Amino acid sequence: MSDASHSAAVVYVPRDSAARSVGADEVAAALQGAATRGDFAIDVVRNGSRGMLWLEPMIEVVTPRGRVGYGPVAPEDVDGLLAAGLLDGADHPLRLGLVDELPWLARQTRVTFARVGITDPLSPADYVEHGGLKGLRAALDMAPSEVVAAVTESGLRGRGGAGFPAGIKWKTVLDCADELKFVCCNADEGDSGTFADRMVMEGDPFLLIEGMTIAAHAVGATEGYLYIRSEYPDAIATMREAIELAREQGWLGQGILGSTLDFDLHVRVGAGAYICGEETSMLESLEGKRGMVRAKPPIPAIEGLFGKPTVVNNVLTLTTVPVVLADGPQAYQDLGVGRSRGTQVFQLGGNIARGGIVETAFGITLRELIEDYGGGTRTGRPVRTVQVGGPLGAYLPESQFELPMDYEAFAEAGAMLGHGGVVVFDDSVDMAAQARFAMEFCAEESCGKCTPCRVGAVRGVEVIDKIVAGTHRDENLALLEDLCDLMTDGSLCAMGGLTPMPVRSALAHFPDDFLGGRRLLDIHPVNTRTEGTV
Amino acid sequence: MTTSGSDVTVESVVRRVVADHRGQRGALLPVLHAVQAELGHVPQEAIPVLADELNLSRADVHGVVTFYHDFRREPAGRTTVRICRAEACQALGADGLVSYAREAGLTLGETTADGTVTVEQVFCLGNCALGPSVEANGRLYGRVGPARLGSILNGTV
Ligand SMILES: Cc1cc2nc3c(=O)[nH]c(=O)nc-3n(C[C@H](O)[C@H](O)[C@H](O)COP(=O)(O)O)c2cc1C
Ligand code: SF4
Ligand code: FES
Repeated sequence: MSDASHSAAVVYVPRDSAARSVGADEVAAALQGAATRGDFAIDVVRNGSRGMLWLEPMIEVVTPRGRVGYGPVAPEDVDGLLAAGLLDGADHPLRLGLVDELPWLARQTRVTFARVGITDPLSPADYVEHGGLKGLRAALDMAPSEVVAAVTESGLRGRGGAGFPAGIKWKTVLDCADELKFVCCNADEGDSGTFADRMVMEGDPFLLIEGMTIAAHAVGATEGYLYIRSEYPDAIATMREAIELAREQGWLGQGILGSTLDFDLHVRVGAGAYICGEETSMLESLEGKRGMVRAKPPIPAIEGLFGKPTVVNNVLTLTTVPVVLADGPQAYQDLGVGRSRGTQVFQLGGNIARGGIVETAFGITLRELIEDYGGGTRTGRPVRTVQVGGPLGAYLPESQFELPMDYEAFAEAGAMLGHGGVVVFDDSVDMAAQARFAMEFCAEESCGKCTPCRVGAVRGVEVIDKIVAGTHRDENLALLEDLCDLMTDGSLCAMGGLTPMPVRSALAHFPDDFLGGRRLLDIHPVNTRTEGTV
Repeated sequence: MTTSGSDVTVESVVRRVVADHRGQRGALLPVLHAVQAELGHVPQEAIPVLADELNLSRADVHGVVTFYHDFRREPAGRTTVRICRAEACQALGADGLVSYAREAGLTLGETTADGTVTVEQVFCLGNCALGPSVEANGRLYGRVGPARLGSILNGTV
C-alpha cells in the first residue's frame, strides 16, 4: 500500500487485466484526479479482481463496517459517486453492499483464491499480513519427504487438466539422485474459457512463488522456470516484479527465510503455440526448441528439462500447495467428493450473465454453476450447451447439467473437467460449426509430430463439411467415426487424442445441426491415456 | 523501435541481444522475443547470426522462428489488432467481429497496404467472461462490439 496521509480513504480498483479491459485504469485515473486536485483525500490501491467479472470495474472503499463495493463503475460515474459520499460507503445506484457478504462470493470456499482481490498483489507486507509464507515456513520445518507426504495425503491432483496426484509426481523427483533438478510451472493456460491462472498470477503472485519454493524444497530443486504464455503481458509483468521483490525480501535466492534452501526462479515467455501447454512440449520450448511433444517414457519427473528430474505443475496446483501446508493436509482432504479432493476454481465464461471465478469444493453440479452462479446466458436466451474443459472438452446438453463436477463422473460421461473452464452457449449456436472448429483448431495448433493429428484434423474438417453439405452422408459419417477412433488411439498426445471429444459429443447430442434428428456418433468414456502419467 | 534494416544494424542488434542473454539456459526464445521487440520482426538476416552466436544450425533457428505464431518474418503495421476467435468469444459473437473486419477490407493475418493496421486472430486472451475480446498493441479490450472494433482499428480508442 502507498503511504498517503492516514486520513485518506482507501479505495481499491482492480489491476486485473479483465477489469482493465473494461475501463479499470480510467476509473483509477478519475479517482486519482479527484485526489490530486485536492477535492478528496483518496489513497487508490490497485488490487486483484474478486472474480465477479460482470461487475468490473468493481471498486471497493474501506469503511469501519468493512469494504463496500460499487460496480460496474464507468469513469464518468466517478464524480457522482464521490459527490454521493463514496468514501463513506454511502448509497448510490451502483452500490453493491459489503463485498464479503455478496452471496456470489460468500457461498464460495476460497482456498487458492483466498487473497485474490483483497490485497495489493505486489505488497510483501500485505502478503504476510494476510497469511502469506505460513505454508513455506511450515514446509521448511519439515524434511522434504514429509512435505511430499503431506501433499500426497491432501489428495491434491494436478489442476492442469489430467488430474494426476501431485504428491506422487513430487516423490518421483525427490527419489532421483541428481544434483540438478528443476521445478517448472506451466502457466501456458491456452484453453479457451480458462483464466484462473492469469488471475492468480496478477492478483496474488507471491502465492505462486511460495508454492514453487515449497516444491523446490520438497524435491531438492535449485532452479525454477515459470513458462507464461505471451498472450498474458500483465501476468508476465506482475510475476517479474514479484520475483524481484521476493528476492529483496529473501524469499528467493540463497538461504531462503534463514534456512539452507537455495532456490531461484526465472520467467520465460511463450511465443503463441497452444501445444506448448503440453508439458513435454513446454520443456522443449524452455530449451529453446520447437515445441514438439516428446514421447513418454521417459517421464519428465525423471528426465525433464535439459534431461534433469523436473516437477511440472500447473499454476493452480502450485498455488494450492501453500494452503495445504499452512492448514494441514486433512483440512484440504475434507473438502470434495470421491477421489476429487479439495476445491476447484471453476471459470464461467462465454455467453453467461454473471461470468467469473467460482472456487468451491468438487461435487457441485454443472447446473448450479450455470444457473445459480452464472444466472443463465447474457443474451437472456435459453442455454443450449456448455463446453467444459477447454477446446478438447465435450459439449454437454442440458440433460447432463446434473453432472457433479468430479474427474471420474465426467470421464464416465465421456467428458472431462480439464482446467475447470465452463463455456456457455445459447440456442443460437450451430453445433456443426463448433465440431468443425474443434478439428480446425487441432489442425492449426498441432505440433505436427504424428500423422493422425496433423493430417487427421485437416481431413476431419473436410469430412464434416461434406456431411453438412449432404454429400455421401452415410459414408462420410462412417469415415468420421473411423477418423475419430484413429485420432483417439493413434495420437501421441491429448491434442490429437482428445479432439474427437468435442466432435463426438456435438454429433451425439446435437445431430439436427448436422442433418436431421438421428444420433450420429457414440461417445465413449475417457480413458486417461497419454495424459496424467507422472 | 525500428532500425534502417541494413545488414550491419541487424547483425549488431542480434549480437548485442545474444550477449545480454548469455547466461541463460536454452536462450533462443527470449533472444527472439528481444530481437523482435527491437526490430519489429525477425529478419532473415538475423538467422545466420543467431545460428553462429548460439552454436546452432541455421535450419534449427529457422525451424524455431517458423514454429511459433508470435515471430514475424515481416514488419507488422503500426497497430496490430488481434481478434479472439476461441470458443468463449465465439459464444458471444466473435465471428461478427471477424466479418466486420473483412467488410472493412481487412484480411486476417495481413497488413494493410498503407502499413497502418495488421489484423490477426488469436485463440483466447484469458478474458472469456467479458468477451468478445480484442487486443490492440498489447492492450486488452473486453465486450467489444463492431462499433468499438471500428474505433480500435481506426486508432481512435
Ligand atoms: C494439448 C495440451 C495442452 C495443455 N495445456 C496445458 C496448459 O495450458 N496448462 C497446464 O497447466 N497444463 C496443460 N496441459 C497439461 C500438461 O501436459 C500437464 O499435464 C500439466 O501441466 C501437469 O501439471 P499438473 O499435474 O499440475 O496438472 C496440456 C496438455 C495437452 C495435451
Ligand atoms: S497428437 Fe498432435 S500435437 Fe500431439 S504429438 Fe501428435 S501431432 Fe503433436
Ligand atoms: S475465448 Fe476469447 S478471451 Fe478467452
